[in-house]
Amino acid sequence: MAQNLTRSHQIDDAGLDLDAALLREMYRLMVLARRTDERTWVLHRQGKIAFHISGIGHEAIQVGAALAMHRGYDYAHLYYRDLAFNIALGYTPYEFFLAVYGKQGETTSGARQMPSNWSARRLGIVTASSPVATQVPQAAGLALASKLKGEDRVTVVCLGEGSTSEGDFFEGLNWAGVHQLPVVCIVQNNIYAISVPVHLQMAVPNVADRAPMFGIAGAICDGNDVVASYRAMSEALDRARRGEGATLLEAKTYRPVPHSSDDDDRTYRSRDEVEEWKQRDPIKRFQAYLLERGLLDDEQIDAIEQEVRAEIDEAQARAEAAPYPPAEDALFPVFAPPDFEQ
Amino acid sequence: MPEMTLIEGVRQAMDEEMARDERVFITGEDVGQRGGVFRATLGLFEKYGPDRVIDSPLAELSIVAVGVGAALGGMRPICEIQFADYIFPAFNQIVNEAALVHYRSGGEWAAPLVIRAPYGGGIGGGLYHSQSVEAYFAHAPGLKVVIPSTAYDAKGLLKAAVRDPNPVLFFEPKKGYRLIKDAVPDEDYTVPLGEAKVTREGGDLTVYAYGMMHYYVLQAAEMVARQEGIQAEVVDLRTLAPLDTATVIESFKKTGKALIVYEDNRFLGYGAEIAALLADEAFEYMDAPIRRLAGPDIPGVPFAHSMQDFFMPNPDKIAAAIRELAEY
Ligand SMILES: Cc1ncc(C[n+]2csc(CCOP(=O)(O)OP(=O)(O)O)c2C)c(N)n1
Repeated sequence: MAQNLTRSHQIDDAGLDLDAALLREMYRLMVLARRTDERTWVLHRQGKIAFHISGIGHEAIQVGAALAMHRGYDYAHLYYRDLAFNIALGYTPYEFFLAVYGKQGETTSGARQMPSNWSARRLGIVTASSPVATQVPQAAGLALASKLKGEDRVTVVCLGEGSTSEGDFFEGLNWAGVHQLPVVCIVQNNIYAISVPVHLQMAVPNVADRAPMFGIAGAICDGNDVVASYRAMSEALDRARRGEGATLLEAKTYRPVPHSSDDDDRTYRSRDEVEEWKQRDPIKRFQAYLLERGLLDDEQIDAIEQEVRAEIDEAQARAEAAPYPPAEDALFPVFAPPDFEQ
Repeated sequence: MPEMTLIEGVRQAMDEEMARDERVFITGEDVGQRGGVFRATLGLFEKYGPDRVIDSPLAELSIVAVGVGAALGGMRPICEIQFADYIFPAFNQIVNEAALVHYRSGGEWAAPLVIRAPYGGGIGGGLYHSQSVEAYFAHAPGLKVVIPSTAYDAKGLLKAAVRDPNPVLFFEPKKGYRLIKDAVPDEDYTVPLGEAKVTREGGDLTVYAYGMMHYYVLQAAEMVARQEGIQAEVVDLRTLAPLDTATVIESFKKTGKALIVYEDNRFLGYGAEIAALLADEAFEYMDAPIRRLAGPDIPGVPFAHSMQDFFMPNPDKIAAAIRELAEY
């Protein structure tokens, strides 16, 4: 299954009959996330913001997965590279620009956290820290809560393949297996953890190969194919909702840009390799598919680009104009008040 | 003597120790081909190869635990934790295992490893790339905790740490990595662990600090000397555990007033220990309440510039605290 992924340039819609509106929405969200991300790199180059950690290249798995979920009902415990995931769940470019500028009214943390440490209760997006993999056992706990409360809510948790080396990953999936918890653990395998290639993280070829040791289902999908990602995610979600427990879903993908704006990826990988993967760009591939099937035409593609651009221009300008938070906002209560209810 | 940055001092220490002693090896995230995300190990992979500069899996517990095991097996590991904020998965291995090896084995075994980690705020890193974690470790008997504030000391202290038969936590002030620059000899030298240093003489009061805060304290001391003629004595603690109590007390006996500056949260931070020590050992010399200037008791350090500045001590805030204490 996995072997041919690196060769394939096609969209694999076998066994699916997706609605045209859903496919177009997938495309629009991928473009919206990509352009938001690209704009953030520009802001960094202009010296307007200090830091960006990018999701470019990961849009297909993230949008595909998000659209398969019951958005706003299922929990999403996401990691820093999940900009497209957030956007597909309803987080807005304006909110993201507030975060990268660190401005007053920033919605995930009041500008206390660095950008891309997500939180949006209204969207089911769980507050995230930075130490990697800590979200995996927490996801098991969230799923345990749903199970104990008799809800059919699924907890989706994301991380990178490097982060699967942490004990937290093993401990979390072990719980998920022991208690048959409704968890989908998506590992976005982009081959590198900053500079360290996957063969220095683990001695098995696929992250998903580890699923049997936890007694949970393992699956691999082409993470650069939004339709295949949607299908794999739907199967995993169905399994969880049927009470059949967790899935470790490995999405094979690539990060064509540096790890973050602080990184220089030329120090650890060849330009040829990066170029080769750019040929498999998830947006380009999907666009070709939609054009071929007559689900989009050039005019509609341009219209989407324009609409997205207008939204981003407006969002960025508004965020840039917003004030910084007052210094005393730092003293925001560290403790929740006695009447706080989850 | 060539001038170099603090991080170059760190790098030169590792390079020289690896050349001197074949048992020394480095492991941690991105330390190999990438040369570390802060570039502390730059060039060492090319020079010493993948068996001595080992890119670890992304797993701090094992970075330290493998270091402990290798030390038990006769090696001299230098384990890099990418940011001090990510040392906590290894906390058990450090405070329960490495720290107790010698004591619990009745002296049969020791764990000579160095754990390096960049720490501290002021770099726009937000809550999880800014933490000061020294107090957790200074509390545990069996660990040595070292924090340099000059390039010279960074090199000399790190070399001493590598040669020490105990587990040493070596926290590097990351904001000062490239900002701090001073003369460093090319030749082999060590700065002994466990010795504080009076870095500025003065009779009016003593300011105790370490790491980035020591660098700021010297600037603040110059400001108040120029502007008000206040002569602050400055003590760079350099090793937090074991503490050089003699130097700490001696300076206080001379000035009778103490200010301790640290960027960690104030409550139960390192300054509390200095204050208690002085109250215990030099009460009769006390001319003023012992003061602490530290971060507020909120998760540090918030991301937005305005809140980061609110959190961090800086030369102006330190100068104000010195003036207030001098006036008492
Ligand atoms: C516990 C912990 N250690 C180290 C880091 C620093 N760090 C942030 S991202 C990263 C690499 C993660 O790689 P991977 O899991 O493969 O995800 P990717 O960034 O490739 O999507 C590292 C080492 C961290 N955030 N948390």
